[in-house]
Amino acid sequence: MTIPMEYGLLLAAILFCIGLAGVLVRRDVIFMLMSVEVMLNAAGLAFIVGGAARGSADGQVMFIFILAMAAAEVSVGLALIIQLYQKFKTLDADSASQLNG
Amino acid sequence: MSELLWLIVALPFAGSLVLALAGKSLPRLAAAMIGVGSVTLSAILMLFVCLDFLHANPAGTPVHQMLWQWINVSGFSPAIAFHLDSVSLTFVFVITFIGALIHLYSAAFMWKEDGFARFFSYMNLFIGFMLLLVLADNFLLLYMGWEGVGLCSYLLIGFWYKDPGNGYAARKAFTVTRVGDTAMVIGLFILFTNYHTLNIQDILQAAPHTWAPGSTIAIITAYLLLGGAIGKSAQVPLQTWLPDAMAAPSPVSALIHAATMVTAGVYLIARTHVLFELAPIVQTTVAIIGAVTLIVAGMSALYQHDIKKVLAYSTISQIGYMFVALGVGAWSAALFHFMIHAFFKSLLFLGAGSVIAVLNNEHNMFKMGGLWKKMPVVFWTFLIGACALSALPLITAGFYSKDEIIWQAYASDKGSIVLWLTGLAGAFITALYTFRMVFLTFFGNAKAEPTYRPGVAMTLPLVVLAFLSFAGGFIQLPDNMGHVTLFSQFIQHTLPTTVTTASGHAAEWIAQVIAAIVSIAGLALAYRIYYNKPFPAAEPVRNPIQRFFFQGWDFDLVYDKVIVQPIVFFSRIDKNDIIDQFYTGLASIAGLFNKGLAATQNGKLRWYAMALGIGAVITLTILLYA
Repeated sequence: MTIPMEYGLLLAAILFCIGLAGVLVRRDVIFMLMSVEVMLNAAGLAFIVGGAARGSADGQVMFIFILAMAAAEVSVGLALIIQLYQKFKTLDADSASQLNG
Repeated sequence: MSELLWLIVALPFAGSLVLALAGKSLPRLAAAMIGVGSVTLSAILMLFVCLDFLHANPAGTPVHQMLWQWINVSGFSPAIAFHLDSVSLTFVFVITFIGALIHLYSAAFMWKEDGFARFFSYMNLFIGFMLLLVLADNFLLLYMGWEGVGLCSYLLIGFWYKDPGNGYAARKAFTVTRVGDTAMVIGLFILFTNYHTLNIQDILQAAPHTWAPGSTIAIITAYLLLGGAIGKSAQVPLQTWLPDAMAAPSPVSALIHAATMVTAGVYLIARTHVLFELAPIVQTTVAIIGAVTLIVAGMSALYQHDIKKVLAYSTISQIGYMFVALGVGAWSAALFHFMIHAFFKSLLFLGAGSVIAVLNNEHNMFKMGGLWKKMPVVFWTFLIGACALSALPLITAGFYSKDEIIWQAYASDKGSIVLWLTGLAGAFITALYTFRMVFLTFFGNAKAEPTYRPGVAMTLPLVVLAFLSFAGGFIQLPDNMGHVTLFSQFIQHTLPTTVTTASGHAAEWIAQVIAAIVSIAGLALAYRIYYNKPFPAAEPVRNPIQRFFFQGWDFDLVYDKVIVQPIVFFSRIDKNDIIDQFYTGLASIAGLFNKGLAATQNGKLRWYAMALGIGAVITLTILLYA
């Protein structure tokens, strides 16, 4: 039995919105990073669903790209978080607002 | 030797440049050597060029020296080139020779002042520009010299810049002469549009064939050039800057505001005499301006307390005589008086400067007195200068030069009895104020003690100038007395001879006797009023008429009311310039946007993420539904 494409895309959209809401409302940088991961995976899911619907492997190829990119992003993100913590002694993203206009 | 002409001009410029660049690190003696040396070398070179010109060139053919092309744009090609003829040679002689003497005097006079090198840098620059003015072969180069001497005059009037009054005097001199200069430059534009060249000789040769005598364009051009001349030469109605220019150190007054720069107007009119002859009405105006000026300034000189102000008004008045001579077509008489006046007036200024210096900067004649025994050299040379200024008959050069003008004012074909009488009245006033000055300064009881004796560097120029002030006259004697015409023959190589209508030695004798009596009468009156009379330390200005003359006929007051105050008034009510409001408005709107946009840059990462999200939603919405 196949799951209709619309369901898969709907799930991806819900996951993306959850992730976006997480980025916007959480002040803790680690949680924000995790929410970004959720958004990335939502995008990846959308690609897989799309690929499966067309019966091609392009979606899965895209997902592997996204996965690699996410790994790199996490390493850079975590490094930044350590720096942030050393400088401000907190993980509150709003405290790093010195670059305001 | 004539090919070294350029060096006469280049030396002072070089001296000025060296002093301006390295003046601060040079010791005083070195600065004085450069400053005085450059002009003295110029003067020596000038003597050689002079001899060469007179000797190898009895016909007085002009020497032309082309240095290089300045600009060459579609037919407009002024050159850096010099034109030496008898008129410019006379001026070059006076500028370098008197310039060198005054530089020597200044070295002693300014020795203790701050800015010694700066002073000589300005003075050398002045000599350079003045030579450029009189040697230029085209009007553009002439105008460059013309503005250059104005600049140096400004710099030197404001030399003691720590006193705001001096700065005011400097700005006033610059602004008032600028009025005339503007007229002059418009005149030069007219000349260029009509002749497509600014070369002076070309224009003078073409003018009589192009413009009919008395044509409107000739009259307008001549009037505009006259505007420049009266501004520079401090003639009515632009004379108000010269008395204030006395804020300058005394050697500056002697060099710039007596001997050379203020006679640039005389040079301009003599140089462009063809244009003035094409516009007889303008030439008459020249004579009238001169006549009015010599009376106006003479009357003001009678009431001054400041010895330098007397000499300033006297200079204005004597240049008035030169204008009268130019106006009646007595060209050589005007230049002769220019030369003799340069001798005795710079002598008087230097003498007055010595008196002022040894009395600790005392300018008021009523606080001097009895100096003739204490400063014999200064006194005797000053007396010779005063005699020359008052034109005492037979012995002084001033008699021969001024008498010729007064005679020509009557005898020339453009002369009249009114001009003659004005000249005589002026001569009377001149003798009166001159000897008032002599008696107040050198006779009577001493009110101040000299603090030191002027040294040789200060007295030597006085003695040389005093010698020239009486010997200089013998190169040009009237028809009935010896008939020596060395100077007028020399000038006639360049300028036309004076056309006289009245003839006969009898009339000339009578006129000379009258002129002599008038000047002696002035002396006698001054003797009666001022000789050995006890005056209070400051003669009060008593009644309104005296005050009127004291303030230079209230020209300043009128200009202040008519020109300065309305402009100040308008600028005050329009302080927030109405047109400016629009542009200020544009700027403040941009500022508002800046503030609004800057507020969104709050540095909070989550805000940026939200903006990104909203932007993405809006873009997607547009893409999907548009």
